Amino acid sequence: MSDYNFAYLDEDTKRMIRRALLKAVAIPSYQVPFASREMPMPYGWGTGGVQVTAACLKADDTLKVIDQGADDTTNAVSIRSFFQRTADVAVTECTQEASIIQTRHRIPEAPLHEGQIMVFQVPIPEPLRFLEPRETETRRMHALADYGLMQVKLYEDIAKHGEIATAYAYPVKVEGRYVMDPSPIPKFDNPKLDNSPALMLFGAGREQRIYALPPYTSVQSLDFEDFPFAATKADHSCTICGAVDSYLDEIITDDAGGRMFVCSDTSYCSERAAS
Amino acid sequence: MTPLLQVRGIEKRYGTRIGCTDVSFDLYPGEVMGIVGESGSGKSTMLSCLAGHQPSDAGQVIFEGQDVLTLSEAERRRLGRTDWAFVHQNPRDGLRMNVSAGGNVGERLMAVGARHYGDIRHTATGWLERVEISSDRIDDRPRQFSGGMQQRLQIARNLVTGPRLVFMDEPTGGLDVSVQARLLDLLRGLVRRMGLSAIIVTHDLAVVRLLADRLMVMKGGHVVETGLTDQVLDDPQHAYTQLLVSSVLQV
Repeated sequence: MSDYNFAYLDEDTKRMIRRALLKAVAIPSYQVPFASREMPMPYGWGTGGVQVTAACLKADDTLKVIDQGADDTTNAVSIRSFFQRTADVAVTECTQEASIIQTRHRIPEAPLHEGQIMVFQVPIPEPLRFLEPRETETRRMHALADYGLMQVKLYEDIAKHGEIATAYAYPVKVEGRYVMDPSPIPKFDNPKLDNSPALMLFGAGREQRIYALPPYTSVQSLDFEDFPFAATKADHSCTICGAVDSYLDEIITDDAGGRMFVCSDTSYCSERAAS
Repeated sequence: MTPLLQVRGIEKRYGTRIGCTDVSFDLYPGEVMGIVGESGSGKSTMLSCLAGHQPSDAGQVIFEGQDVLTLSEAERRRLGRTDWAFVHQNPRDGLRMNVSAGGNVGERLMAVGARHYGDIRHTATGWLERVEISSDRIDDRPRQFSGGMQQRLQIARNLVTGPRLVFMDEPTGGLDVSVQARLLDLLRGLVRRMGLSAIIVTHDLAVVRLLADRLMVMKGGHVVETGLTDQVLDDPQHAYTQLLVSSVLQV
């Protein structure tokens, strides 16, 4: 596709995004505004993540794209073929082989290693958004590390449900400073953010924000002393590969209550099933 | 005894108009100061200047030897949820309406670092009882409460961290008389038992008669008379105070 610049975006746009990325990496989890572009896909389909990936992609990169852990669902397939057409980069389904992994709402089960980049698609970057509607006020709250309100949300969870019922987009504190929304990953994945050897980049296209976790950053999930954070998953093993330690999707198989639990990370599951 | 709060020459102008000007007084620990005056006399303006809710154009507010008007935003917020409290006239301004009563009371605790759910809940329950809200309403939201209960909840939420100075802006405004009487009774008890200092802005002379040790009368942004409450109300000197006192219906 010689009609497009490498990886779709023009070089000036990539430069602008890289500058935002540098700032984001310098201040872990600080939300850096950037001039998000119109992408050839609707908002909510990963426009932020695609722009971050486009700005990071080099010709010798190997790209993996996952959607809720799966390599073969609509969002993953279309974004992967988008970059195959516009950047002609190698693609893979294997987590270890990939140099850039764009993800929608999961972190792969296989451990990440140094040099890898995770790109998250973020719908709402502001963890305080539904607690405090004013952007001016939430920014000030971040500036002053005024996070009592975030704890109130967890308090309300326990008061209402008897436990912290927030199961995804579970708020975390980064390096003891900023509170961050880790994008809607299940809270099962939160511990994988802590001290990760890979670089984590978060792009929110509609909200025009980029934030990042440099490698080996401390990421602690918020909780109460008497209600500590727990990375929960469905209490089953994978029907296909038998894994007990991976995050499971529940699949309804008929209209008579039949269901099965399978790994949400399809590449992890198929590698285990093959060996 | 050293004053808890020293106010020196506070002035606030809205363009060329005067909000309040040349307000100075000392407030001693455990003392309740009432500020009365008609609508537009500058009492609420003065109170929000003192509390740092809006910048004042001149003057000093010295709390424990430090001019709080020069504090940074972070220090002011910390002060506002530890040693200071502000009770709004409309409970909707002071409460989070979509957060349960327990969460509302617990917010100040969590903001200053409480991270034990059981302790926070225990403290919240205790405070709801102190303001006469049944503890089985702890998970109800303020919008399910009556106006008087909302106001009492706001008071509990403000006093939970044991402040030493409370600003109250018409705390009984908009409540019917029997509810007002109970709220005043409650406030008087809390103020006396906790040894709070308070500044109460109101246009209701009965409120200050009941609660305030000293009185300041304002008109047109100026302080026209100050003195002990009974002295000012029973022997008003300034013409405006005389008018104010004589305007109250005797039932």
